[in-house]
Amino acid sequence: MQIIQPHYHAIARTTQDYERMAMSGVTAVCEPAFWAGYDRRYPETFIDYFVQISEFEPTRAAQYGIRHYCWVALNPKEAEDPELTKDVLSAMPEFLEKPTCLGVGETGLHKSTKNEIDALQAHVELAMKHDQLVLIHTPHLSDKAHGTKTVLEVLEGLDVDRNRIWIDHVEEQTVKSVLDAGYWAGMTLYPVTKCSPRRAIDILEKYGTERLLVNSSADWGPSDPFTLQECILEYRLRGHTTQEAIEVFHNNPCRFLGQNPKWDIEPIRIETEATA
Amino acid sequence: MAFAVLITSPEPMLSSQQVLDTYFLEARRDLLEIAALLDRYDVAVEREGSPEGDEAKLEILHRALAHLADTEAPSGERTKALLELFSEI
Repeated sequence: MQIIQPHYHAIARTTQDYERMAMSGVTAVCEPAFWAGYDRRYPETFIDYFVQISEFEPTRAAQYGIRHYCWVALNPKEAEDPELTKDVLSAMPEFLEKPTCLGVGETGLHKSTKNEIDALQAHVELAMKHDQLVLIHTPHLSDKAHGTKTVLEVLEGLDVDRNRIWIDHVEEQTVKSVLDAGYWAGMTLYPVTKCSPRRAIDILEKYGTERLLVNSSADWGPSDPFTLQECILEYRLRGHTTQEAIEVFHNNPCRFLGQNPKWDIEPIRIETEATA
Repeated sequence: MAFAVLITSPEPMLSSQQVLDTYFLEARRDLLEIAALLDRYDVAVEREGSPEGDEAKLEILHRALAHLADTEAPSGERTKALLELFSEI
């Protein structure tokens, strides 16, 4: 089965990940800009990072036949310095023009401070000005419900195309509000701190597959890109067909990401050849 | 034969706060999985109209959860009590 990994932090992973992902059916990965584990101080550091994910990573992935796409943004954890935010935002349009850059992300909220909210708003406004897709991170653990509500409130006040915005890391307490508001929702599979493969399937069975994405968001922390395959296996073991799995794990990413013309991977439909 | 002598300093035992801090997120994850299992079961029963088989395993899970929620349960014996409970099925 062909699989798309919509949220994957390749720079934190070894090349062996690419090899194993290719062997297990992954044909494309998308790398949103991420936090480095510490707060970066200089806009130039971001610029080098954006070069790495927009120019170098596609070559590393290509060795294994995997298409690599990226997103650019300043991470919400680094939004407490408004000057840095302003400088990084001013450097982003150049990267939005890169052939593998799909949009602005992951922006969003961490602790939902005023500076974070201002940065989120500025990122979304920049994306809309440049006709870009947006990927929004929602906070972890106890901050999630409040942070997701705040994200929705911020977006409510902006002139946005909701179908072009993906709000990520939803769980049982936040998925309905995101879908009801007309946005795409992403479920991130983590071994401990986010959604599990089984819970993600429960959510798909409860809310349907429309406008829902599943990803592993593998990064430098405790995470595993193959939780995505674990999720697909769980989905199939519960009786869903291969075509239904393709709809969720391949075609839905194509439907959302395909709103950017740079994404040229088409949805797949399995057909049976008629025998004479 | 000569042996190299490895000198180690004794590691302090985990404090009660460290136990909570170290294992809270894993416990949170495991409880969420149990909650999801119970929700999944309810959805399946609703789909079928009534429970398809016997509910002994469900009852054991409820008893196990009740035991864990009992603050008067014997200290240091919870795991053993649950294993004894699970041996009933």
